[in-house]
Amino acid sequence: MRKLLIYLRDYRRESVLGPLFKLLEAGFELIVPLVVAAIIDHGIGAGDRGYILRMCLVLVALGLVGLLCSVTAQYFAAKASVGFVAKLRHALYAHIQRFSYQTLDRVGVSTLITRMTSDMNQVQTGLNLTLRLLLRSPFVVFGAMIMAFTIDSRAALWFAAAIPALSVVVFGIMLISIPLYKKVQELLDRVLGATRENLTGVRALRAFGKEESEISAFDEKNEALTAMQKRVGRISAAMNPLTYVIINLMILLLIHTGAVRVQAGIITQGAVVALYNYMSQILVELIKLANLIITITKSVACGNRIQRVLEIPAGETAQEAGAAGDAACRVQFIHAGIRYSEAGDTSLTDVNLAVRPGETVGVIGGTGSGKTTLVNLIPRFYEATEGQVLVDGQDVRSIDPSPLRQRIGIAPQKAVLFQSSIRENLRWGNGEADDDEIMRAVRDAQAADVVEAKGGLDAMIEQGGRNLSGGQRQRLTIARALVRRPDILILDDSSSALDFATDAALRKSLRELDYHPTVFIVSQRTSSIQHADQIVVLDDGRVAGVGTHAQLLADCPVYQEIHASQFRKEAAQV
Amino acid sequence: MSKPRQKADRGTLKTVLLYLKPYWAQALLSVLLSAVTVALTLYVPVLIGRAIDRIVGPGQVELSEILRLLTRIGVIVAATAAVQWLVSTINNHITYQVVRDVRDQAFRHLQILPLSYIDAHPVGGIVSSVIADVDQFADGLLLGFTQLFTGAVTILGTLGFMISIRPGIAAVVVLLTPLSFVVARFIATHTYSYFKQQSETRAEQTAFIDEMLGNQKVVKAFGQEEKSLERFDEINGRLEKCSLKAIFYSSLTNPCTRFVNNLVYAGVALSGALVCVATAGTAAPFTVGALSALLSYANQYTKPFNEISGVVTELQNALACASRVFKLIAQPPQIPDAADARELNEASGQVEISGVAFSYTPDRPLIENLNLHVQPGQRVAIVGPTGCGKTTLINLLMRFYDVDRGAIAVEGTDIRRITRRSLRANYGMVLQETWLKAGTVRENLTLGKPDATEEEIVAACRAAHAHGFIRRLPQGYDTFIGEDGGQLSQGQKQLLCIARIMLCLPPMLILDEATSSIDTRTEIRIQQAFDTLMRGRTTFIVAHRLSTIREADIILVMRDGHIVEQGKHEELLKKNGFYAKLYNSQFAA
Repeated sequence: MRKLLIYLRDYRRESVLGPLFKLLEAGFELIVPLVVAAIIDHGIGAGDRGYILRMCLVLVALGLVGLLCSVTAQYFAAKASVGFVAKLRHALYAHIQRFSYQTLDRVGVSTLITRMTSDMNQVQTGLNLTLRLLLRSPFVVFGAMIMAFTIDSRAALWFAAAIPALSVVVFGIMLISIPLYKKVQELLDRVLGATRENLTGVRALRAFGKEESEISAFDEKNEALTAMQKRVGRISAAMNPLTYVIINLMILLLIHTGAVRVQAGIITQGAVVALYNYMSQILVELIKLANLIITITKSVACGNRIQRVLEIPAGETAQEAGAAGDAACRVQFIHAGIRYSEAGDTSLTDVNLAVRPGETVGVIGGTGSGKTTLVNLIPRFYEATEGQVLVDGQDVRSIDPSPLRQRIGIAPQKAVLFQSSIRENLRWGNGEADDDEIMRAVRDAQAADVVEAKGGLDAMIEQGGRNLSGGQRQRLTIARALVRRPDILILDDSSSALDFATDAALRKSLRELDYHPTVFIVSQRTSSIQHADQIVVLDDGRVAGVGTHAQLLADCPVYQEIHASQFRKEAAQV
Repeated sequence: MSKPRQKADRGTLKTVLLYLKPYWAQALLSVLLSAVTVALTLYVPVLIGRAIDRIVGPGQVELSEILRLLTRIGVIVAATAAVQWLVSTINNHITYQVVRDVRDQAFRHLQILPLSYIDAHPVGGIVSSVIADVDQFADGLLLGFTQLFTGAVTILGTLGFMISIRPGIAAVVVLLTPLSFVVARFIATHTYSYFKQQSETRAEQTAFIDEMLGNQKVVKAFGQEEKSLERFDEINGRLEKCSLKAIFYSSLTNPCTRFVNNLVYAGVALSGALVCVATAGTAAPFTVGALSALLSYANQYTKPFNEISGVVTELQNALACASRVFKLIAQPPQIPDAADARELNEASGQVEISGVAFSYTPDRPLIENLNLHVQPGQRVAIVGPTGCGKTTLINLLMRFYDVDRGAIAVEGTDIRRITRRSLRANYGMVLQETWLKAGTVRENLTLGKPDATEEEIVAACRAAHAHGFIRRLPQGYDTFIGEDGGQLSQGQKQLLCIARIMLCLPPMLILDEATSSIDTRTEIRIQQAFDTLMRGRTTFIVAHRLSTIREADIILVMRDGHIVEQGKHEELLKKNGFYAKLYNSQFAA
C-alpha cells in the first residue's frame, strides 16, 4: 500500500489540511464541557444571567466554527481520496495495457477486473474515512483525558483506567470476530458456488432428477452459514453491553471521587459535570475508531492487491537483434520453441518453416497440440524461448511490437466484438478506413449478408456480440483483420462455426485478394487447409510433418489419421 | 418517490412479514425487551443527576446518599447490559433464520422454475439475487430491527423524561430538533442526483473495464492500447468529477446535523441555566443535576433522529433487494406433474412426435408441425450447421420445454402425463457442452446412480474408454475436479459424461457428436464409446460424421431452428435440397 502513496503526491495539501481541520473541529468540541462547567459554577452559582447568555452564545459560536472546519475538512478529504483513486485507476489501467500475453495469462483477467473496480472503490472509501476520522477519534479520546487531568488529576485517573479497559473490549472483540467474519465469507462463497453450479448444470441435474439431493446439499451449506453468522453475531453483540457497563462503572467511580473532592473543597460541582461529560465522549469515539479500523484494514488489503499488480513488470520493447535470416522469406521459424513459464513441459519445440510472401500455410493438429501458440509467435504475442521467429528476415524480438503488429491481421479463435457500431468495430483494423474500404473487407470475409441483415455499418453490436450468431461474429472478426490489408493474415480456427459452403467461399475470396497477403490458417479440418502451399502438422507440441496435402497424405501418419477420421474413410464408403 | 414504487414496497414489506411470522414470539419478546433497555438507559442520567445534586460544594456533600444512588445505578446498568445483549442475540437469530428461510425457499424454487426462465436470465443475475441481494436484505433487516424500534422508543422515552423534568425546556428541544431532520432531508434530496450520476458513471466504467480487459488480448492484437486508455481516461475523468460532488455533498450531512445538535444543546443549556437561576431558593428549585440530566438527554435525543434517517435509506435499499429475490420466488414454476401422471419404467424406446409446434417467442415461429415416429432401437440423426437449433429438439424431448401444439408420446403416453423424473431417467444425455460438478471423479460418475458399486463404476469407465485416463489422474477416481471440469480436457470431460450414462444405461439416448475441439484420438475413443452405448437403444444424435448420418434410420435436417427435411440418406440426396447441398460441400471433394 505504501508505494501507492506517490499517487497522493498531487493532493499533499489536501491530505494535510483535511485531518488538520478535523482536529480543529474536535478541539472546539472538547471545549464545550468546560463552558458548561463555567455556566454551572459562575453563571448559576452567582445567578449571573448575562454571563449565562454570553456563555451559551460561545457554545453556538463553537458549534458554528466547528461546522466550518468540518465542512472544509470533508471537502479536502473528498478531493484527495477521489483524485487519488482516479490517478491510481489511470495508472493501473495504463500499466495493464502494457502487459504481455504471458503476463495476462498468469495474472488472469478476472483478477484484473476486480482490482480495477471493487478494490479501487474500497481504497477510495478507506482513504476518505482515514483522512476524516483516523486522527480525530484518538485526538478526542486522549484530548478528553488530558482535559480531565487539567480539571482534576485525581479524578482523571479513572480516565486513565477507562481508556485501556474500553480498548481491550472494543479491539478484543474486533480481533476475535474478524477471522470469524472471514469464515462467514467462506461459507457464503460455498452457498454461492452451490447456487451457481445448480444453474449452470441445470440440464444435467434435471436430466438425472437430482433436484431433491441438490436441495438437501444446499440446505446443509446454508445451515452451516447461518450457524456461523449467529455465532459471530453473539460475539459482536457483546460489544455494546460491555462498553456500556465499563463506561458507567467509570462514571460511578468518577462521581464518587468527585464527591469526595468537592467535599474537601478541591473542585466544584461544575467540574464534576464536566468530567462526566468527557467520559461520555470517549465511548462514542472509541466505537467509531473500531469501525474505522475495520474499514481501513479492508482498504489496505485492497490497496496491497492493487500494488502487487502495479509491481508486475510490464512492457515489451525491442531487444537486441538475433542473427538475421532469409530476407526473401516473409515469415521464418528457425528451431523455434516456447516454454510457458509455469508449465514444466515445452508447449512447442523445434519448429522450422520458411514462408514466402503470398503463400498460404495451413496449421493442423489436435487440441493442445500448439497450433495457436505457433501463430501467436509471429506477432510476438509470446516470445520464443528457444530458436528464432523472423519476419522479413528480422528477428521479431528485435522489432518494436506495434509496427510489427500493424502489418499483421489476425482473427483470433475466440471471435470477440465490442459494444459499438459495426463500423467502429471494423475500424479497429484500420482507423483511417473509409466505408468503401470497410465494405470491401466485409465482402471478402463473406460477411456482406451479416452487415445487411443488421442494417448497415451503423448497426450496433451489443456487448460481447450477443446479437450475432457464432458464424456471424467469426466473419466480422475476419473482416476486421482484412480492413487493414495486412501483409500477414492469421485465421486462428476462425471459420469453425461457418458451414462448409461459406467456408469454401471464404477461402476462395482470400486467394483472390489483390494485395496477396501471406496467410496462416489454423484449423481442425483438413478440408479447410488442403489447398494450402504448405501444411504444418502438429502433434503434442512437436512438428509431425510439413508439406503439401498430397505429400503429407503420403508420408505423415498423424495427418493421415486426422484426414481419415474426417474424410477418407467415409468418402470411400459413399 | 412514485406511487407504484410505494405500492411495490408495501407488497415486499408484506412478504417480509410473512417470512417473519414463524418468529413472531421472539420478535415480540425483542420489542418488549428493547423497550425495557431504553427505559433503563434513560433512567440512569436521572439518577446521576440526583447524585450530582448532592455534590453542591464543600461541606454540602451527602456521601452516604450518593453511595446508595451509585449502587442503584450499578445494578440498573448491569441489568441493562444483560438485556441489551439478549435483545441483540434475539435479533441476530431472527434475522439469520429469516435469511436462511428466504435462501432455502429461493433455491427450492430454482429447482422447479421452467428452463425457459433460467435460459432467459443470466446465471450471474440469479446468483446475485440469491446471494448478494439476500445479504443486503439481512443487513437492512438487522439494522431495522436494532435501530428503528429502539430509536423511536428512545425519542419518545427521552421526550417523556424531559417533560417530566421540565416541560418548558423539553419544548425548546422539541422545537429545535426537527431542524436536523430538515437539514438531513435537504442534503439527501440534493445529493441524490449526484449519487445517481455517480453510480451510472461507475456502472459505465465497470462495463467498459469488463469488456476491454476481458478481451485485452484482442486490444493488443489490434494495437488499440492507446485508444483504449484514452476512452478509459475520458470516463475516469467524468467519474472523478461526479464522485467528488456525490461524496462531498453527502458528507455534509454529519457536520450539519451535528451543528443543529449543538444548537439544541446550547438552547437547553441556556434555558436550563436561566431556570436554575430563576428557581434558586424557591420551594421547587431546578437543580444543576437536573440540568446535567437534561443536557445528556439533549445529546441522546437528537442521535436517534440521525440514525433513523440513515436506517430508512438502508431499509429502502434492503426492500429493493428483497423485492428482487421475492420476484424470483414468485416466478410461476413449471407446470407440476399431472396428478395421475404415470411413472415410466424401462421404456422400450418408442417415441411418437405428432403435429408438434414450438417457438421460444411467439413472434418467431420455430418448429411447425413436426411429425416423427421412432421405433425402439432406431437411430435419429439431427443434421445442420452449428446453431441450427438442435438443442430445441433436445429441450422438447427431455421436456425441458413444453410443446405449444401437438404432442410427444413415449410408449404411447403423452409425456405431459408422465412424471418428469421418470421420463428423464429413461434418457441418457451427453452434450458437447459438458457439465461436471465440483467434486471427485467418482461423485460425478455416480450422479445418475448414487449406489453404484466400485465394480460397476470401473466397468462403465472401461466401456467408455475413460478408465485409462482416470487412473492416471493424481488420485484416480477420487481426484477432485473443480467446477466445469477444471484441468480435464474437453475430450476427457465428454468421456466422463459418457461413462456417467454408461453406468445407468437408460433405454433412450440423446447424444451430441464431437465437432472440432477434440483431438483425433480422443474423438475415435468417444466414437467407439458412443457405438457401444447406442447398441439396441433408441438414439437421437446430433451428427457430424458421415458414417453416423448414413447409418441413421431417420435424418432430420435443421436450419435456423426449422426442420427443413426429413428422411433417409438416399432419399434426401435424391431430393437435391438443403441436405444435398450440405453433403456436397462437406464430403464431396
